[in-house]
Amino acid sequence: MENNKTPLVKEITKGIIKENPTLVMLLGMCPTLAVTTQAANGIGMGLATTFVLLGSNIVVSALRKVIPDKVRIPAFIVIIASFVTLIGFLLEGFVPALYESLGIYLTLITVNCIIFGRAEMFASKNGVIASACDAIGMGIGFTLALFLMGSIREIIGAGQWFGMNIPVLHENPMLIFIMPAGGFFTLGIIIAMVNKIANRKPPREIKCNGCENCAMSGKCEKMEVTAE
Amino acid sequence: MKAIAAIILSAMLTDNFVLSKFMGICPFLGVSKKLDSASGMGIAVTFVMICATAVTYPIHHFVLVPNGLAYLDTVVFILVIALFVQLVETALKKLVPPLYKSLGVYLPLITTNCAVLGVTVLNIDNNYTFVQSIVNALFAGLGFLLVLVIFSGIRKKMEYADIPETFKGVPATLIAASIVSVSFMGFSGLFS
Repeated sequence: MENNKTPLVKEITKGIIKENPTLVMLLGMCPTLAVTTQAANGIGMGLATTFVLLGSNIVVSALRKVIPDKVRIPAFIVIIASFVTLIGFLLEGFVPALYESLGIYLTLITVNCIIFGRAEMFASKNGVIASACDAIGMGIGFTLALFLMGSIREIIGAGQWFGMNIPVLHENPMLIFIMPAGGFFTLGIIIAMVNKIANRKPPREIKCNGCENCAMSGKCEKMEVTAE
Repeated sequence: MKAIAAIILSAMLTDNFVLSKFMGICPFLGVSKKLDSASGMGIAVTFVMICATAVTYPIHHFVLVPNGLAYLDTVVFILVIALFVQLVETALKKLVPPLYKSLGVYLPLITTNCAVLGVTVLNIDNNYTFVQSIVNALFAGLGFLLVLVIFSGIRKKMEYADIPETFKGVPATLIAASIVSVSFMGFSGLFS
């Protein structure tokens, strides 16, 4: 598997569709719902998360032999939180408008399960380059999902798209779509559509490394067994 | 007093963490299947929220700000939360083993619950006093508990419902959450 370019390309593409972090693996739901009232915010959040994911994946994978197994979780968290602080400063300095509109959710990238999940499931077991590719793929997948959510909610809810008015919808916006309720509804419909297209139950597809410290615990079926 | 009442109502009902701020969605989707695990998770989160607020507030105001280190908030707060989660886990294991057994697997998840980090950061952002912060944390936690308990009831009913195959599981839960969120919007006229 580890010979030439093909596996690396696979690491990138798997995150976009097959293992899309939001729509298939159902990670990182909080930002997906919270910031997607506009397509532009969705892209901003997606790129900010991609940056943090790339940074944390590279550092975690570079240090994977140095960090003792027992303290790996606090270590990962500190690495991730540092990158979040960094992107916070960068956005505040260069894109203040986006910084304002993301608000507290920028800080909350720290606890985005996608980043922690990739550090735990991928970066701590693979080399630097593979981890970077994985991060880019997952980041693109996440950004696309957020862009999709944001576009749907902005077009239907506000009758606009990137600030452009959409002819009929602009006069009759369905405000509910940019409210919290609309966020849940849109995501529910999108996931149902993904299920329909993929024609399988996503949670069954996930590879499992035991439930303890698994970013997916709480959602997978095996969990129930352990809990009882 | 009026400010406190406003914080209570807003943290619990109008600006409910799950339904209008979208924090803590992961445990909300994962743990709301049964009443006992939902209420256990809610109580554990409330407890960690209060403890984390009680510790992060003085750290921010008396250690980080005087030294010009306020930008370290995120790193310090998340470490405090991780520490408390570990503490609660160890304490429960020793003191209340049955509760630990039923909660055990969910406890590590609290660290990555954005509601906990969210409440500590919001307290700082809103310039709350210490008492206001604690009240905010307590009622945000109770609001979380409330939604989880309501949802465990809804999901129990949903198990008997005949839902289209594609919508089974997460999509149906999200759409139910959307409907509950609409009903929580009704609280927004409660005070102004």
